[in-house]
Amino acid sequence: MAPIEQLNLDFLRTKKLPHIWCPGCGNGIVTAALVRAIVRAGYDQRDVVIVSGIGCSSRAAGYLNFNTLHTTHGRALAFATGLKMARPQLKIFVIMGDGDCSAIGGNHFIHAARRNIDLNAVIINNYIYGMTGGQHSPLTPLGKKATTAPLGTLERPFELLELARGAGATFGARGIAAQPRQLEQLIARGAAHKGFSVIEALSPCPVAYGRRNKQGGAVEMLKAMKENAVSVERASNMDAQALAGKIITGVIFTREDPEFCELYYQLIEQESKKNSN
Amino acid sequence: MPDVKPVLMQGNEACAEGAITAGVRFYAGYPITPSTEIAEYMAEKLPRLGGVFIQMEDEIASMAAVIGASIGGKRALTATSGPGFSLKQENLGYAIMAEIPCVVVNVQRMGPSTGVPTAPSQGDVMQARWGTHGDHPIIVFSPASVYETFYLTIAAVNLSQKLRQPVVLLLDEVVGHMREKVLIPEMGKLMVEKISDQVPPDWKPYDDKGLTPLVPFGSGHFYHVTGLYHDEFGFPTGEPAVVSRVLDRLHNKLEQYRHEITFTNYIGHKEPRVGIVTYGCTVRSARAAVKKAYWQNRWPVGLLSLQTIWPFPDKEVEALARQADIILVPEMNRGQLVGEVERSVRGQAEVVPLNRYDGEMITPDQIMEQLRRWLP
Repeated sequence: MAPIEQLNLDFLRTKKLPHIWCPGCGNGIVTAALVRAIVRAGYDQRDVVIVSGIGCSSRAAGYLNFNTLHTTHGRALAFATGLKMARPQLKIFVIMGDGDCSAIGGNHFIHAARRNIDLNAVIINNYIYGMTGGQHSPLTPLGKKATTAPLGTLERPFELLELARGAGATFGARGIAAQPRQLEQLIARGAAHKGFSVIEALSPCPVAYGRRNKQGGAVEMLKAMKENAVSVERASNMDAQALAGKIITGVIFTREDPEFCELYYQLIEQESKKNSN
Repeated sequence: MPDVKPVLMQGNEACAEGAITAGVRFYAGYPITPSTEIAEYMAEKLPRLGGVFIQMEDEIASMAAVIGASIGGKRALTATSGPGFSLKQENLGYAIMAEIPCVVVNVQRMGPSTGVPTAPSQGDVMQARWGTHGDHPIIVFSPASVYETFYLTIAAVNLSQKLRQPVVLLLDEVVGHMREKVLIPEMGKLMVEKISDQVPPDWKPYDDKGLTPLVPFGSGHFYHVTGLYHDEFGFPTGEPAVVSRVLDRLHNKLEQYRHEITFTNYIGHKEPRVGIVTYGCTVRSARAAVKKAYWQNRWPVGLLSLQTIWPFPDKEVEALARQADIILVPEMNRGQLVGEVERSVRGQAEVVPLNRYDGEMITPDQIMEQLRRWLP
């Protein structure tokens, strides 16, 4: 593998830097892991497309040197579905935030999973709406504070990967910004998987989430994230009590199922053969 | 082999067939009355032509998928009706801002809200103009017959590609559901050249110098597409000078090509005393009234039918107002386009609305009754 500095020059739009993210934000770590994962997957730069929604994390698309599509709030997967079906050879990575993906984009998320379309969803989960200044999202843990939940939220969060699995996704993994090498491997494995892949990347937001919930600065948040992380292998030997409050990392589920786009184009080919006979 | 063949077709079918003739190979939609036949026709035909049909989870996703497919290089179309058209507005605005070609068909039904799903209405005229937020331009066509639906759909697809501008096709429920003769040309005869095949060496995705083709993703030209105000390469900017330039660019495109966008038709007396201005299925009743009033009774009456309603054909309407004393504007709503007519007429004639909004068409007799107010 080429040194990371070299990769940055090829796959980052360095003229667009510095980025807009706050000091201590984990989005840059996840974005770099994504770039390394694309290198690892060995894709031609021309075939890679980054699609994103609206929010802090979705600004990553603008810094990546591919064909990049910064869409509307929550709709990234629906745009990506059209693009993939129109040009199946494209390798599409869809970057979304927790609110973008699971609140306003929830419908598109479950239906992309149901179709098992070959898209790689990378959800940067910082438990909060960052760009609008710290409102609670469907992934904000119960009881945590936000500007729209000053007394702590009473809403139970989604278990995002279980939601994806239940809806029909065929690959689900979780990584953390505190362990970028593992995150990179997980994104690469998701990319290699044929079907709808979901990678939940936990990322600290010290400004809009950490400060309000007394979790310290970026360093403390990353440290806590690392300490709470348990690999899926280790977790399999732990009971529910020991797992309480832990973050399980690694490939949470994977299975083989027919992929939608391939099925569709097979059908088209059969039809054209039928017509030519 | 003849160049054209006559076919008996439903309006919605003609819309779908027109789209296919113009090279549309991607359809995403969601079932809604009275537009569903368009989706069904596409579901039947597109896979056999190597194209893509996909029924999305909702109207919003359909609009998004159409834009995504267009960026992938496929000519794309979606069809819906009032409630679905409301849901599509945000992403329609995105396509305008990001200059992604696409065609949105709205087979109008009676609103507001769920309204009367099977009744005709022309209630979405202003929504088609201003439905999405921001000070945007839009092209809207309103066919009066199945034949016009076929050809205006082709024009919509081609103009959308050429100008990189979404085009809305406002069908009336009765036009969508009626059956009439259409002359269908041989496949491929009417399609315009694909401009994206010729990429100039110094290509920029958003060139200020004029029309620039959309180069599909995956072709090796790396650029950014966003709904934010953007520079010539698509990157976000809030620079005041660039922001106003982008908005001017979007509007100037349509002004510059107005002659290719504006379709109107005039029949009747050369120097009419009463001019009728209307669009969509109401043109049919107006035409029947003009036949009786002018061809039979020789009354000084004329009909200016508007196939293009946005950008509003103000010059054509003003030209009529210079001749006529009265401009009658029949519409199946409480008066929407009549305001534009008044603006264009600039006091040179009296503008009289004729409105019907009970879920029924305006009849020729209703128009005749009005004409008798001013004529013998």
